[in-house]
Amino acid sequence: MNFTVSKQPENCLLGPESDSQRTLYPYVTGTSVVALKYKDGILMAADMGGSYGSTLRYKNVERMKPIGKHSLLGASGEISDFQEILRYLDDLILYDNMWDDGNSLGPKEVHNYLTRVMYNRRNKFNPLWNSLVLGGVKKGEKYLGTVSMIGVNFEDNHVATGFGNHLARPILRQDWHENLSFEDGVKLLEKCMRVLLYRDRSAINKLQIAKITEEGVTISQPYSLKTYWEFSAFANPAQGAVGTW
Amino acid sequence: MSKAVVELPPKGGFNFDLCRRNEMLLKKGASPPSFRKTGTTIVGLIYQEGVILGADTRATAGSIVCDKNCEKIHYMAPNIYCCGAGTAADTEAVTDMVSSQLQLHRYHTSRESRVATALTLLKSHLFNYQGYVQAALVLGGVDVTGPHLHMIYPHGSTDALPFATMGSGSLAAMAVFESKYCEGLNKEEGINLVCEAICAGIFNDLGSGSNVDICVITKGHKEYLRNYRVPNTRAHFSSKEFTFPKKTEVLLTKIVPLREKIEVTEDGDAMEE
Repeated sequence: MNFTVSKQPENCLLGPESDSQRTLYPYVTGTSVVALKYKDGILMAADMGGSYGSTLRYKNVERMKPIGKHSLLGASGEISDFQEILRYLDDLILYDNMWDDGNSLGPKEVHNYLTRVMYNRRNKFNPLWNSLVLGGVKKGEKYLGTVSMIGVNFEDNHVATGFGNHLARPILRQDWHENLSFEDGVKLLEKCMRVLLYRDRSAINKLQIAKITEEGVTISQPYSLKTYWEFSAFANPAQGAVGTW
Repeated sequence: MSKAVVELPPKGGFNFDLCRRNEMLLKKGASPPSFRKTGTTIVGLIYQEGVILGADTRATAGSIVCDKNCEKIHYMAPNIYCCGAGTAADTEAVTDMVSSQLQLHRYHTSRESRVATALTLLKSHLFNYQGYVQAALVLGGVDVTGPHLHMIYPHGSTDALPFATMGSGSLAAMAVFESKYCEGLNKEEGINLVCEAICAGIFNDLGSGSNVDICVITKGHKEYLRNYRVPNTRAHFSSKEFTFPKKTEVLLTKIVPLREKIEVTEDGDAMEE
């Protein structure tokens, strides 16, 4: 007697070899990316951690990369899908350069391309498991946008992915203003990253800040933030009440 | 032979008899009623002289705001107040219950209540119900041993902290606290920080909104500032007057203004007994 167990439900619309190829869960993930517009361009910050579930597996992952001449891409989520996106964008930029027509793809165009890619992949039930932040300056115009793994895209003066949405955006909404200087922008980003470091379990204290202006992209060397743990109430919490942490 | 019926002692905790009926109803397509939750931002912080508690004032039933100006800072004792997030009925009931227990205890011992007492009563009740009483509380007060601030989770665990936030807007409020808190704040700075944290919750979280309530507790004195800040006043009032159906003949128009709201400015008596 021959028993064959089919893994697919009866009314499956996908092809026979479908299940083995689709992205079902992320494996190695990066946590939040925070970015804001400042006077001369865009500032973006991301830490360098790649988590494998609840283990901090990789501590030297660069989650921000320059794209072409005018854009900077930061990603959170599955690292392998981010690398795939970089390959797609590489092809895109190469193709654009081959035209050799003096015009180059700006951040708005790259953002649109990424939106189409993400949305189409989601429609095939095979998403690229990332939340992307795309920033850039072209001909004096600053642009900062974001695309999520299901294709939700928008542009704003400050964006964040993942936990950054809950912890960093309230701070940015309060403290951001037009024409921030470079130092103020960095201070504001560091403020956000510090709160994320305290309150996001997958964040690590090793971050990079990237800046993109008309002149080009600069990604800083990795560094760490100063943290403060000396509140007196942390010293002996059970002092007032036994059995409390 | 007569059957001996052994009377079992009444079981504590919840009675799960209706669960089967509920499952059957769900299968037939009846949707369960939604509870009134206080999707919320509540915060507390310890400053130089005592404790400051803050809360927003929005109560939601699903995605509808059912109370635009509810009170989330509950009275426990003259020197202890408690903010509640989670299911409104649970926070009300549990704080009322422990408040009465504390009063009886005060009569029994002729002493001022301690925060640790309220803490233990609350946490043992919540643990007993294994998380089914969905009340997440921020308990703060000043007693003989000094100022105390505690977070109490629905399952019964507690934390003692210099600053605490709870509710759906807790991340937005915590972002403000983590970036701006320092030890030894004075009263004005403390109130401003609490107000900022609640406003961060009000404007960045959909479950929180309307106004800011603040309660300042120091040794021997407390200030309950209801609606300390009202950042969401109504912007539009309809300019249309009442219109009668077309064929009515208006015989007489007389406009009587409603009685003016009298402001009672007494300190802190609003919440006691």
